[in-house]
Amino acid sequence: MSDLTRLTAAETASAIASREVSAVEVAQAHLDRIAKVDGQVHAFLHVDAEGALAQARRVDDGELSGPLAGVPLALKDVLCQQDIPTTVGSKILEGWRPPYDATVTARLKAAGVVILGKTNMDEFAMGSSTEHSAYGPTHNPWDLTRIPGGSGGGSSAALASYQAPLAIGTDTGGSIRQPASVTGTVGVKPTYGGVSRYGLVAFSSSLDQAGPCARTVLDAALLHEVIAGYDPRDSTSINQPVPPVVAAARSGEVKGLRIGVVKELTGDGYEEGVQQRFDEAVAILQSLGAIVTEVSCPHFSYALTAYYLIAPSEASSNLARFDAVRYGLRVGDDGERSLEEVTALTRGQGFGAEVKRRIILGTYALSSGYYDAYYGQAQKVRTLITRDFQKAWESVDVLVAPTCPTVAFPLGAKLEDPLAMYKQDICSIPSNLYGGPAASFPAGLSEGLPVGLQVMAPTLREDLLYQVGAALERALPAAVPPLAWEN
Amino acid sequence: MTAIPYAEALAEFEPVIGLETHVELGTASKMFCGCATEFGAEPNTQTCPVCLGLPGALPVVNETAIESTIRIGLALHCDIATWCRFARKNYFYPDMPKNFQTSQYDEPLCTDGYLDVQVKGETVRIPIERVHLEEDTGKSLHVGGATGRIHGASHSLVDYNRAGIPLVEIVTKPVTGTGAMPAEVAKAYVTELRDVLRGLGVSDVKMEQGSMRCDVNVSLNKPGQEWGTRSETKNVNSLRSVERAVRSEVERQAYVLREGGRIVQETRHFHEDTGMSTSGRSKEEATDYRNFPEPDLVPIAPDVAWVASLRAALPEAPSVRRRKLVEELGLSENDSEAMVNAGVLDVVLATVAAGASAAEARNWWLGHLAQSANAAGVDAPDLPITPAQVAEVAALVASGSLNAGLARQVVDGVLAGEGSPAEVVAARGLAIVKDEGALSAAVEAAIAADPGAAQKVRDGKVAAVGALVGSVMKATRGQADAGMARALLLEKLGVSE
Repeated sequence: MSDLTRLTAAETASAIASREVSAVEVAQAHLDRIAKVDGQVHAFLHVDAEGALAQARRVDDGELSGPLAGVPLALKDVLCQQDIPTTVGSKILEGWRPPYDATVTARLKAAGVVILGKTNMDEFAMGSSTEHSAYGPTHNPWDLTRIPGGSGGGSSAALASYQAPLAIGTDTGGSIRQPASVTGTVGVKPTYGGVSRYGLVAFSSSLDQAGPCARTVLDAALLHEVIAGYDPRDSTSINQPVPPVVAAARSGEVKGLRIGVVKELTGDGYEEGVQQRFDEAVAILQSLGAIVTEVSCPHFSYALTAYYLIAPSEASSNLARFDAVRYGLRVGDDGERSLEEVTALTRGQGFGAEVKRRIILGTYALSSGYYDAYYGQAQKVRTLITRDFQKAWESVDVLVAPTCPTVAFPLGAKLEDPLAMYKQDICSIPSNLYGGPAASFPAGLSEGLPVGLQVMAPTLREDLLYQVGAALERALPAAVPPLAWEN
Repeated sequence: MTAIPYAEALAEFEPVIGLETHVELGTASKMFCGCATEFGAEPNTQTCPVCLGLPGALPVVNETAIESTIRIGLALHCDIATWCRFARKNYFYPDMPKNFQTSQYDEPLCTDGYLDVQVKGETVRIPIERVHLEEDTGKSLHVGGATGRIHGASHSLVDYNRAGIPLVEIVTKPVTGTGAMPAEVAKAYVTELRDVLRGLGVSDVKMEQGSMRCDVNVSLNKPGQEWGTRSETKNVNSLRSVERAVRSEVERQAYVLREGGRIVQETRHFHEDTGMSTSGRSKEEATDYRNFPEPDLVPIAPDVAWVASLRAALPEAPSVRRRKLVEELGLSENDSEAMVNAGVLDVVLATVAAGASAAEARNWWLGHLAQSANAAGVDAPDLPITPAQVAEVAALVASGSLNAGLARQVVDGVLAGEGSPAEVVAARGLAIVKDEGALSAAVEAAIAADPGAAQKVRDGKVAAVGALVGSVMKATRGQADAGMARALLLEKLGVSE
């Protein structure tokens, strides 16, 4: 086979299963690819060549099998992998090797998936560009001077630069979908509770959700089936069957499907090219037999504000455990300084500016006398947004909107303007607050850069996302990154 | 003098008390993970990613702990929530792995109950505000200093074995109207509560091991005036200390108030050795805990039918069993109250069930065994003697094989680990000597040794025979049948009664 890194996950698995190629060859091809291009892309924080090849050998030896056995994957560095450094993009966890596997990690291993390494991300998943990684930004393979999205920019860039056919992301407020949108890849945020959070280093517990990332809709669905499903270790995990996502991805049927275009997610701040590609994508779906209407979700306008109270509040509590006592970074422990001083020095140097900003925001929002006005009020808005969704489901099957108002912007462009950065997620956050599934699918290019179509569905109706995504994928010519920077 | 005597203080001021009791549940595993809860294991051997709060780890609620908490609530006549949540209480402390405690804040499992207690023959109703569930913290050990306290220590070690053990907090409403006996009421409440919990089998309620701990709130006010500012005394870890803590705080506050001072709302630390408390952190610099609903756990919604079945299966309350004791066994109210306060109700009943009379069981557990327990610094039920063994000794006394003094020696032998009562009797050769021949020698010797007393008896002062009986008992190491010895002495001295 000519170039193993250009195959889809489904093709790769099939070639390995039929012994056309060995899993070790596939893993080696991807490790070589990483060695060749990741110096420029910086998608990986840690590459585990030894572990990847060992796992590939187990597949070749017939110890592990399944629909994705032997397929390489890039794991976002927010998920614990036993004995493998897990930094969450932060200095505060530098050198920490978890003594246990996240449930997602364990399921991938059991399915014979070959984990190549851990991918770069905004520190603690707080950001939309990976520029807040303590280990330097990731570059968008479509244009290395631009952001790959965030927080899961390492995962999306690994896919778009053919360093891995599959990746895992996590989405608290768009961190799977926005990177997918700006790299022309597929990213799915499952229903909250659909994929176990056990071993996912928490940012905002009521919003965090791990999900599949891939270059094709079917690949994402295959990965979805591997990682999803009830886990008794996660109390918020849903004890229900996983929706038939692979069947939906294979069908791609949208005839008669009622699609609602969200009235509020358009207008000022939405780039013209993004809006055009979005409108065209909706027109294509209509031409395939979908019934398109406009739906108003009046409270979506408040989603960003509510999100920036709820997520930082939970983060301020979740990140309290990084105190230099038990693991990770410890600064200034000279035998003279008190515990408080060492903790303060460690947190001062270990957390980046954006993380500190959100800890302070959240601490303030939860504090006595402000709780009702901020955290309490945000929870009410969350309820109203949920009602908007529920009302929408009375008239449509899915909602659609652009995934992100812009294409990939240049590195550094929004670094000094947190609010402009936050607005990257204005379209993706409503689904996080509601808890239902949502996905971003490639919808063509604007000025040579990818645009994403976002599809949102009722809880546990991931199958509808894959149906729409597959339909669009078949109707639109695949946009392939030129990778002109490769020598 | 910086205190006013208790009775005097209470003649001048009205007390309001409140008690917060923490109880470690006796579940086999921790509150949010599967780790064991055994006391005294090697440090940090009963831990996992969850109770160490490792990044990414998530809690899962221990259903047995929920059940135990509901049963406690039911036993305290509380309303059981049909829907409630855990909350995060955020503060930094090195022995708390996540730097927040998963607890319950404004949505406790059980609310609004009461517990009736007997004090000096009077029934006092203690209103219960709430019963909620939370997780315990780890334990810090400060090394290198003289005191074991953090000040002066060179470093600290943390043991997380206790971290995550389910902890129930039982909070009273402010208790008013305790008049001249707030300390006695406080002690009676904690004692009764301990018996209720023991009866439920939800905890081993060992205050000395920390599985039951008390915080005591006290305020004083002039009659007819608003309640005073309260202090909260922590670290009150024995029944006796509960009483002492209230007593000393009443005396201290009365002095401050009489001198025209102001009571500071503060946390005070109780010292077992002195019986006094010292000022801790003042509430004015108190932490803002930023409580919010725990997003990692789903709400708890106890099924109404399940709660009803738990209610139906509750054991008899100690007060009910106590009444039975009084009614069926003919013990006095005073005795039963004394048994409750000494925590011996269960063992008294068990001793009766093993065949002893109520009076004998009472005498043993409130008498010699209570003294032995006091001397050993343990609770009487924890002494190394079983109710069946006490009944066995009582039977030996009833059959005339042992007298009271010998019986005490047998019991002491059992307590000393010498074996069962029968074994101690055999090994020590403790049995009443009824053999006339064997006694005669001792009787002759006693008369010979004390001719003066013998003469008095001969002269008609029969009471003087007591001294001679004493000599016989002494010579036989208490094994003589005292009645027989007396009769023999009188016979030898030619006196008849």
